[in-house]
Amino acid sequence: MTGNAVEVKQLTKSYGKVTAVNEVSFTLEPDKIYGLLGRNGAGKTTIMHMITAQLFATSGELKVFGEEPYENSRVLSQICFIKESQKYPDNYSVQDVLELSSSLFPNWDRAFANELLKDFQLPLKRKMKKLSRGMHSSVGIIVGLASRAPLTIFDEPYLGLDAVARALFYDRLIEDYSENPRTIVLSTHLIDEVSRLLEHVIVIDGGKVLINEDAEELRGTAYSVAGTATAVESFIADKKVISREPFGALLTAGVTGRLSEAERKKADALGLQIAAISLQQLIVQLTSKKTDVKGGTRS
Amino acid sequence: MTLIIDDSRPIFVQIAERIEDDIIQGRLPEESQVPSKNEFASFYQINPATAAKGVNLLVDEGILYKKRGIGMFVATGARAVLVEKRKEQFFEQYVVTMLMEAEKLGISADQLTDMIRRGDAK
Repeated sequence: MTGNAVEVKQLTKSYGKVTAVNEVSFTLEPDKIYGLLGRNGAGKTTIMHMITAQLFATSGELKVFGEEPYENSRVLSQICFIKESQKYPDNYSVQDVLELSSSLFPNWDRAFANELLKDFQLPLKRKMKKLSRGMHSSVGIIVGLASRAPLTIFDEPYLGLDAVARALFYDRLIEDYSENPRTIVLSTHLIDEVSRLLEHVIVIDGGKVLINEDAEELRGTAYSVAGTATAVESFIADKKVISREPFGALLTAGVTGRLSEAERKKADALGLQIAAISLQQLIVQLTSKKTDVKGGTRS
Repeated sequence: MTLIIDDSRPIFVQIAERIEDDIIQGRLPEESQVPSKNEFASFYQINPATAAKGVNLLVDEGILYKKRGIGMFVATGARAVLVEKRKEQFFEQYVVTMLMEAEKLGISADQLTDMIRRGDAK
C-alpha cells in the first residue's frame, strides 16, 4: 500500500443542471493533516461523500489507497468518516456505539477510547438520543480518534461543543497523530482554530479547487495595505489584489505575494500601513467577493 | 517561554526563533538536548511536520545537530553565532526604524542620545 491515500482526478458531481463538484483534482498524501476548507455549499461535503463511497461521482476518477472505494470493504475498513450530524439507532447507548465501532475499525484502540471517554466526561450507559448536542459530537470525536483509521475525515465535528471541548479535541488529535501518524482531513469553518494543526490546505469554492497549498506557504503570503486611496492605488498597481475596502478618502487593499524589503520601505515612504493577513482572513477574502478576485486557481 | 504563536507568519520560522531565544538566554545551554518535534507539536498545538521544519532550519544553520537515535542537541558555539546574527537584525529592525521615526518628529542626534541614556537609567 504505497502511494497516495486519496487521488481525485477531474471528479464531477452533477444533480440535473446543478454541478456541485466541477472537475476537481487533488491528491492526499499519506500521514498528513489536511484542511478541506470553503464556504457552505462549496462542495466540500459532496467531495467527502464521494471519497467515502456514500455517493457516486457523475464523472472523473477516484482512488482511495490505490483502489476504487465503492463496495470495496478492504478500502472502506480503512476509512473513518465523522459527519456533522451523524445518526445512530435510537436505542443505542454510548457504549453500544463504541462496541460497534471497535468491530468496524481494525485499528480500534479500546484503552484510548476509554481515556477519551473520561476526558470528554461522557456517560457510558446513556442512550444516544438522550445526549446533549455537544455530548453527541464528543462521541463522534472519540470514534474518529480511537478508530486510528488510515484515512480519518472530520466534517464539522463540533456542533454544540464549547471552546474547552474543542481545545481538548485539538490537543488529543495532535498528541495521538504524533504517535500514530495517519491521513486526517478536517473540514471546518473554524479556520483560525485549526490552521496551525494543518500541514496542507485545500480550499473549495463554487465546486472547484481554489487553493491547494502547503499551510506554511500560505502563511505570510498575503498582507493588507492601508492609507490614502491614491497612495494605496500607486502601491498596488503591479500587484495581485484580492480585496478593496474604501473608507472615505482612505483605502484598505488585500494583496497576495510576499513583501520585499524594498517594497516595505516604499510603503513606509508613502505613509502606508502594512498588516499581515491570517489564513482565515485570506480565505474569507478569496471566497467572498468574487468580482475582485483575479486569476482564481493557484497551484 | 511564551505560548503565543502568530498566525500571520510561517510557524516554523517562529519555532526556530523560540529555540534561538532559548539558546541566547541560556535556557537551552550548548550541548543540551532540544525538545522533540512531537513535544513542540503538543506544547504549541501545531502540526509535528511544521515543528520539524523549524528544528531542521536550525540544523541547516549548524545551530543544532542530530545525535542518531537520541535527538537534537545545541551545537558548541551556537550562542555566539546567534548573538551576532541578532545584532545585525537589531540594527535593521530597531535602529533604522528608530532613526526614520526620529527624522519624522524632528528629533536631533543629540536628543536621541539623551533619550537612550535616559532609557538606560530606568
